[in-house]
Amino acid sequence: MAILSKDEAQTILQKVLSFSTADECDVTLTGSTGGNVRSARNSISTAGASENVSLAVQSRFGKRAGTATCNEFDEASLRRCVQRAEEIARLAPESPEYVPLLGPQTYLASPGSFAARTAAITPDYRAEQIGASMALCEAKKLSSAGFFNDSAGFVAKRNSKGLEAYQQVSSVDFSISVRTADGTGSGYAIANYTDLAKFDAARLTRVAADKAASSVKAKAIEPGKYTVILEPAAAIDLLNNMMGAMDARNADEGRSFLSKKGGGNKKGEKVFDERVTIYSDPTHPDVPDLTFAGDGRPQQKTTWVEKGIVKNLYTSRFWAQKSGVPDIPAPGGWIMQGGTQSTADLIKGTAKGILVTRLYYIRAVDPQTLLYTGLTRDGTFYIENGVIKFPVKNFRSNESPVIMLNNLEALGKPVRLNGSLVPPLKIRDFTFTSLSDAV
Amino acid sequence: MKRREFVGLSGLAAGALFLPNFPSLGGTPVDAACLLEPGLDPTQKKRLADAALNAAKSAGASYADVRIGRYLNQSIFTREKQVQNIASGESFGGGVRVLANGTWGFAATNVVTEAGLAKAAQLAVAIAKANAKVQKEKVQLAPQKGYGEVTWRTPIKQNAFEVPVAQKVELLLAANAKALDNGASFVNSSLFQINEQKYFASTDGSYIDQDVHRIWPTFSVTGIDRSSGKFRSRDALSAPMGLGYEYLTPQAADQVAGAAGTGLIGYRNSYDMLADAALAARQVKEKLTAKSVVAGKYDLVLEPNHLGLTIHESVGHPLELDRVLGYEANYAGTSFATLEWKAQGIPYGSKLVNIVADKLQPGSLGAVGYDDEGVQTKRWDLIKDGTLVNYEKIRDQAHIVGQTESDGCCYADSWDSVQFQRMPNVSLQPGKAKMSVDNMIKNVDKGIYIAGRGSYSIDQQRYNFQFGGQVFYAIEKGQIAGMIEDVAYQANTQEFWNSCAAICDESDYRLFGSFFDGKGQPSQVSAVSHGSATTRFNGVNVINTARKIG
Repeated sequence: MAILSKDEAQTILQKVLSFSTADECDVTLTGSTGGNVRSARNSISTAGASENVSLAVQSRFGKRAGTATCNEFDEASLRRCVQRAEEIARLAPESPEYVPLLGPQTYLASPGSFAARTAAITPDYRAEQIGASMALCEAKKLSSAGFFNDSAGFVAKRNSKGLEAYQQVSSVDFSISVRTADGTGSGYAIANYTDLAKFDAARLTRVAADKAASSVKAKAIEPGKYTVILEPAAAIDLLNNMMGAMDARNADEGRSFLSKKGGGNKKGEKVFDERVTIYSDPTHPDVPDLTFAGDGRPQQKTTWVEKGIVKNLYTSRFWAQKSGVPDIPAPGGWIMQGGTQSTADLIKGTAKGILVTRLYYIRAVDPQTLLYTGLTRDGTFYIENGVIKFPVKNFRSNESPVIMLNNLEALGKPVRLNGSLVPPLKIRDFTFTSLSDAV
Repeated sequence: MKRREFVGLSGLAAGALFLPNFPSLGGTPVDAACLLEPGLDPTQKKRLADAALNAAKSAGASYADVRIGRYLNQSIFTREKQVQNIASGESFGGGVRVLANGTWGFAATNVVTEAGLAKAAQLAVAIAKANAKVQKEKVQLAPQKGYGEVTWRTPIKQNAFEVPVAQKVELLLAANAKALDNGASFVNSSLFQINEQKYFASTDGSYIDQDVHRIWPTFSVTGIDRSSGKFRSRDALSAPMGLGYEYLTPQAADQVAGAAGTGLIGYRNSYDMLADAALAARQVKEKLTAKSVVAGKYDLVLEPNHLGLTIHESVGHPLELDRVLGYEANYAGTSFATLEWKAQGIPYGSKLVNIVADKLQPGSLGAVGYDDEGVQTKRWDLIKDGTLVNYEKIRDQAHIVGQTESDGCCYADSWDSVQFQRMPNVSLQPGKAKMSVDNMIKNVDKGIYIAGRGSYSIDQQRYNFQFGGQVFYAIEKGQIAGMIEDVAYQANTQEFWNSCAAICDESDYRLFGSFFDGKGQPSQVSAVSHGSATTRFNGVNVINTARKIG
């Protein structure tokens, strides 16, 4: 019963609400089913499958609230769940950050967020895909390690003020690392889709295999400041971390890269190069997403950065009311506008620079400046006069995405990664602070 | 129910509704009372386990194990004078792992009945058979005797789940008050508690019932200078521990003085959260005006609550045999410490460096009686007198290094996660000669004393790393010479451990812990401790991390 239809889910939720005697009641039902297979050394290591459905009831009396959950759906169990939530709520302390439940909301439609093909994946299909990928590497005498993971499910909400929401979601994730037999070359490819139809294990495996073969015998060059081309897999984590730091409350409280000297935040200020525009859109055909947040707020198309200017910060409902700012939830994925050039085009236009396939083990060093350290991995190459000259040894970087997006040279065509659309980025003066012997 | 009882039972669920999401320990949210309900008794679990094992064998498995787990957790979050959220979670179900046609298969279900587990066992066998068609290396298991029906429990003095939530909230808010009274602008505090009630059974004839407890109180104090726009934080110097609530009753005997002139206190088996919060607030003010470090080579004096993470990343992970062999190549990475590298006898560290793996150490996060594939735990040498002598391994790896037994390092973070090789407690042994922190610092001409866990990053083969900390003090001519800021050190693992020049004695030894160590795909967490005494490393490269963003 892991993926209930809208009618099935709302019938359960209506029944749950009918048992409520609280001032306000909010109920959420979620379910998912999925599986995975993992390989290493061109052989399967682990594989598994799981499914789950869960109900959460929130009851409120005035500013007091209580939550209870269950995963049994007979009438007696549902009644017990509501009674328990109400008992807890009656005795709860008043919350200083109480806001009433939302009334009926209008949500955008994003039918592309679920694909039946993804929900129908079988253990045999997973084995075939990973098997084909391993065979391709075996034939080239390369060693592969990969991971295929699929999930499909639904989220349904309903509350006593008339809010009603339902959406199905699915995802397929595949990543593959390929190494040469002598361990001196390594390549990587990663992809994420809603619909299995777009998935092509062989194509991704070939990308990783080519990187592995072309990255052997890397030369050491001095660390320092370089013009770099960050492939999307190298850029996404730094950008994700930056998007994760765009909370209004932290900025207003003075503990964010968007806090202003003397108080307030940098909304409306130009913080990045004018070519930087980042927005979210849960209906985007390439990155369809949930059209409602966990608390029921609609996810709309929202511009976060436009032409380098910070346009919006996300906030809790409490903080939005307290500070009188627009009530915008944090997005799921995001879309960074780019150009039309491919990574190959960006390389052609580069006199001297370094191509970075991937940045790894990225960790915050200083939240004040959003300084992050990390390491290049799985294919780092020296570019001269528009062509890749030779592979180089991996570097440790210490760089802030804020500084990086001010040192922008060019943006390429965005591609989907991890539910977001990320362009390859050409950046000047990107800071590498030491060399790594790792391959 | 009265108000006070409510707090204990409901976990102040109100907070959960009105605030953004908090880190979750997983599981289905439940009220706190559920955490004290008894689980199934061992007789019921044995009957259910046998149903799964028999179904697996009937479907064609050559080996099977089943883990019936009830995973309980509670996390409490506060900021300044208010509770933000209290989440109590329970997760109950069973996972069946099978070997069929030489290939692993795994399936999990929350339908914990004989039929439900039998169905999961059949699905696990179907998955194994599907994958066997494209399999290259057949799984080989080190032989393992069955232990029959046995039990093990973390030797706690006070079950944290039996302590009323109100009492825990009171402690966190008192710590916050200490921080605010001492000048903090903001303070967030939290308390994480874990109880794994897990039953393991296998076709080898083991029926193992274990009750495992862990706890972690922590906070982050922030100071803000509005006029300059600068902010700095200092996190707690507690350690997550394999202890009960007794960890939060401070005992003078558990406190170890840090370097003279710093006011720092190290904690062993109990923690004074109020004293640490007050100190953190004073230190955060100092951080706002501390001098920025001049980049260059320094002798580093690293206290245990800092050094633990460096041990974790540069010794614990590179010696995981699955990484060494390439099984983690697509995610966590591989290791420089390959079998060929080990055979060359290249020094991992200086002769002072003795590092042990230990799944028995009392109070540690990794202590259990048996691992999650039914192997009794033990202690063994990893690095002896600076030389690598052994790895960390599980049953399906032992034959690859010519050994015949597992080290008991198998773990799954939930009933619905497949078990695999995880790091045991890995600890640096204290120096044999008597040496205090102040005596160590007395001999340092130009150095930095670093305390607490900070920023950390290491490459996928564990060569190049960079670590920050919570507080940094300049050492000049054998004396602490004031706080400095913007410090991170970068080193190569082997160069770093070979620069180990002195280790304080046992009186300074204590545990650091990592509560949420991530590994595997799908990613799983595990908790592990690392013991050490304050240690000196000579001539390490320090960078300045200050930047300007306009």
